[in-house]
Amino acid sequence: MFSLNNLSFSYKKRGGELFHDLSLELTAGNIYGLLGKNGAGKSTLINLMTGLLTPMSGEVTLDGVNVRDRLPKTMSDIYLIPEEFDLPHLTLKQYVSINTPFYPNFSMDDLQRYLDIFEMGGDMDVKLHSLSMGQKKKVFLAFAFATNTRVLIMDEPTNGLDIPSKSQFRKLVTTGMTDDKMMLISTHQVRDISEILDHVTILDQSRVLLNASITDVMSRLAFRPMQEGDQPLFVQPSVMGSLVVVPAQPDEETAVDLEMLFNATLQNPDAINQLFNASK
Amino acid sequence: MNFKDNKAIYLQIADRIGDLILSGALPPESKVPSVRELAAEIEVNANTVARTYDYLQQSGIIYTKRGLGYFVSPDAKEKIVAIRREQLMHGEMDYFLGQLKAVGITPVELQKMYQDFLAK
Repeated sequence: MFSLNNLSFSYKKRGGELFHDLSLELTAGNIYGLLGKNGAGKSTLINLMTGLLTPMSGEVTLDGVNVRDRLPKTMSDIYLIPEEFDLPHLTLKQYVSINTPFYPNFSMDDLQRYLDIFEMGGDMDVKLHSLSMGQKKKVFLAFAFATNTRVLIMDEPTNGLDIPSKSQFRKLVTTGMTDDKMMLISTHQVRDISEILDHVTILDQSRVLLNASITDVMSRLAFRPMQEGDQPLFVQPSVMGSLVVVPAQPDEETAVDLEMLFNATLQNPDAINQLFNASK
Repeated sequence: MNFKDNKAIYLQIADRIGDLILSGALPPESKVPSVRELAAEIEVNANTVARTYDYLQQSGIIYTKRGLGYFVSPDAKEKIVAIRREQLMHGEMDYFLGQLKAVGITPVELQKMYQDFLAK
């Protein structure tokens, strides 16, 4: 559905390639988590995916159409929720009537439902610029989901949300997801999203260190307290003793801990790579 | 829902559904929530819930009626009890008995404790 083909990119002023020959394939029906440290290239990758930046070579295509052509058909199929944004001096009602013509699958019922999830429902006459940052984010998220674009890309969507709304965000994603949509969530807040992902992509120093489904991760790695004889890929001290990431035994299935997976991958990229490239 | 222990999420969800069946909240032949409904309710990926339902179906705890969704099997309770008994005997019990041995609790003492517990 969504293909990144041999992308190379650099910001000229910095010199040096940020991405070299990077390829990724994203398919409908999946929720992707894009994880990486600050400066790993997550936002640049998102800007390339949405046609906001032009790769030096390679291309990004949605159903075979280059997103950089920014055809109306492509643009009405992609919604980007950037990390920072501002809302205009309009009421919600005005904002909706101005923006919905670009999104043929927009649903007013869905918008109401998603606003209700965030406890922001009811008042369509609310002035958007008078809202707090967190409330703006909730309205923006609810609107983005209600456009029902097939591709939804979110850059740090839970930043600025209060404690109850992290759970509401998960409800929004699990309610709004359908088999014909693809979502990508770029974040540092892995605990906010670990149970809603299908797939995890770890980016470091502009390289894809790991790109695997959660099912695949679960069949190859175990996350649990240390046992005798373990040769862990990563050790994390905790009040219950040492927690480890180790290659999974046959039939050993544990819940994937994204934070530990991330740390294990950054600490031991070659071992992880070898493990995931071995046939199963 | 909290995922405290390290059991795979899809199995934790299966345990939760098992609890609902054992408590009678989900009686035999009642309809199980759809994958998407349950996923939204517990804020978990729908494919994870689908995996739970596959597992419960393979275990004979739920069954599918074409086009209507999943339903609780007539003998679901017996099946859950059998599975949990098996898990207890081969998992937690080993650990528990090891602890008893470590602190020197005799079989006679254990028997009395269990009898007292059942009499409560």
